[in-house]
Amino acid sequence: MSSGIRGSILVAAAAFASFVVAAVPRALAQDTIVKVDGSSTVYPITEAVAEDFQKANKGVKVTVGVSGSGGGFKKFVRGELDITNSSRPITQSEADDAAKNGIEYIELPIAFDALTVVINKQNTWATSMTVDELKKLWEPASDKDAKRVTKWSDIRAGWPDSKIELYGPGTDSGTFDYFTEAIVGKAKSSRGDYTASEDDNTLVKGVEGNKNALGYFGYAYYISHQKRLKAVDIQWDKNPQAKTPVGPSKETVVNGSYAPLSRPLFLYVNKKSLLSQPHVKMFTEYYLKNAAKLSEEVRYIPLPAKAYEFGQKRLDTLKTGSVFLGHEHVGLNIEDVLAREEK
Amino acid sequence: MRPIQHIIRKGQLQDQLFKVLGVGLTLVCLGALGALVFNLAIDGLPRLTLAFLSSFPSRRPDDAGILSAWVGSLLIMILTGLLAIPLGIAAGIYLEEYARKNWFTALIEVNIANLAGVPSIIYGLMALGLLVYRFQLGQSIITAGITLAFLILPIVIVATREALRAIPQNMREAAYALGASRWQVMKDHLLPYSAGGISTGVIIALGRAIGETAPLVTIGALTYIAFLPPVPLTHTQGGQLVGLFDWAKSPFTVLPIQMFNWVSRPGDDFQANAAATGLVLMIATLGMNAIAITIRYRIRRRIKW
Repeated sequence: MSSGIRGSILVAAAAFASFVVAAVPRALAQDTIVKVDGSSTVYPITEAVAEDFQKANKGVKVTVGVSGSGGGFKKFVRGELDITNSSRPITQSEADDAAKNGIEYIELPIAFDALTVVINKQNTWATSMTVDELKKLWEPASDKDAKRVTKWSDIRAGWPDSKIELYGPGTDSGTFDYFTEAIVGKAKSSRGDYTASEDDNTLVKGVEGNKNALGYFGYAYYISHQKRLKAVDIQWDKNPQAKTPVGPSKETVVNGSYAPLSRPLFLYVNKKSLLSQPHVKMFTEYYLKNAAKLSEEVRYIPLPAKAYEFGQKRLDTLKTGSVFLGHEHVGLNIEDVLAREEK
Repeated sequence: MRPIQHIIRKGQLQDQLFKVLGVGLTLVCLGALGALVFNLAIDGLPRLTLAFLSSFPSRRPDDAGILSAWVGSLLIMILTGLLAIPLGIAAGIYLEEYARKNWFTALIEVNIANLAGVPSIIYGLMALGLLVYRFQLGQSIITAGITLAFLILPIVIVATREALRAIPQNMREAAYALGASRWQVMKDHLLPYSAGGISTGVIIALGRAIGETAPLVTIGALTYIAFLPPVPLTHTQGGQLVGLFDWAKSPFTVLPIQMFNWVSRPGDDFQANAAATGLVLMIATLGMNAIAITIRYRIRRRIKW
């Protein structure tokens, strides 16, 4: 017994010592790995592309993390990633950090998502709402002062006199950023008294189980549960395509009439990785070629074929920077994105 | 004055009531665990096949598996054990048997007690700054192993000390009286007697580590990874043979992260996969606890004082 214990202590100590000596100074040759991180919204598309790409190209490895759009950019601007996924365009401060660290990037839109405002199946009144009504409901003022919105009848006269139960994503998510910017007018500006969850399935269950619930999340979550939820048609005064309320669907997103809640999803590719590592270029080109098919398979909305050709052109000409910096980027339709691509 | 029978009957009634209460509460705990396992088993058991254990993640729920996740969890557990067990036991022995009781050891003791209560994410932040960036260990299995080793070190130390403290003082005195040296007392008496308690503590600590997600996400655990760490000395990579410890520098994911990813996917397609992963985690944790109980039972049987 005692010699057994002494033996195992010695073995453990020896293993520990040799391990520390051997492992620390040596770096593994990681040059065949494409490192991707970022948005959880874009993740399913990137996972699908990575899966097929690795089957088609043996020996090249792709890793995908989920740090959120903001978390992905934090690593990206430090030069730790080859590619970052984002559910929103790069912000000015992120672009400044990248410039400071000498990181140049190529911006590639790869699919569309439509933020969907959902209500319970039994809700027969709020099947369409205006952006102003949604703003009144979600803006920060509504949990404090006198014009506080708590009941359906506070939004529109004639709607039931019952309390609204609100559901939405947590404040770290790109979905939250985009929704607040598009509806309230300022990113991250939202009332706080709603049920927040990073897991959108929790929101789905919440709205499904409560007649007076209203929530918002990505299109993929709505379309997977459309038998159990209702999407609210959105009416927007500034909508260039439609003066009547429009519901989310593949058609309305592609033709730009589902505004302002449809949004493009992006890849940002590190230019240095692209030039110095051939497999990063291979992966990015493979992504653009297959994004349409695969994004639809994981329930997102593909861009028109032309958009992917523009993306490829950007890769070929190594056009760096973002076309969104200093621009309004809410309520874009596909023509707007493409027009900026052409510049 | 009340008759003595009355007092006795009242006491017996109280005993009975307490027994019922105790059994009831135990059943509530067991029932909750049972319901959890049952629920996971209904959803997950059909998915728990050999193919599920030997496939990489995929966008198609039926093709997806947890190979990279369980290999990652296992390797990290091995590293965590290799680091935390010798360090923790040695520190525990020193503090309990060798250290002089002065303000300095008191300070250390307070700190260890505090460390056991620090939220795991704090360890993740510390590891991100220190191991990933300062020591350049990268977002790798070794970083994860060291992080979780830090996390469970206080638990191992406390368990070791408790086990040593449970040994009656006269065992030590008897051994010294017969002329044994300090180390002889340690290795021939104290260590064997406390081995049961120590190994229980160690395995419970590892059981906690295997379910940890927050610190690993912080140091950069991946979500999608469709390759395994290189097996030592088997093939060449970039012109040279894979080294003995290259696997420790490999990127990784772990079971709880894979499970969370599947739970939060749109639709119900991946829910069965998540439940099956949960089952695997549950089996691993319960299995480790079962080992701890067996070890404790076997060692206790041999020791009588």
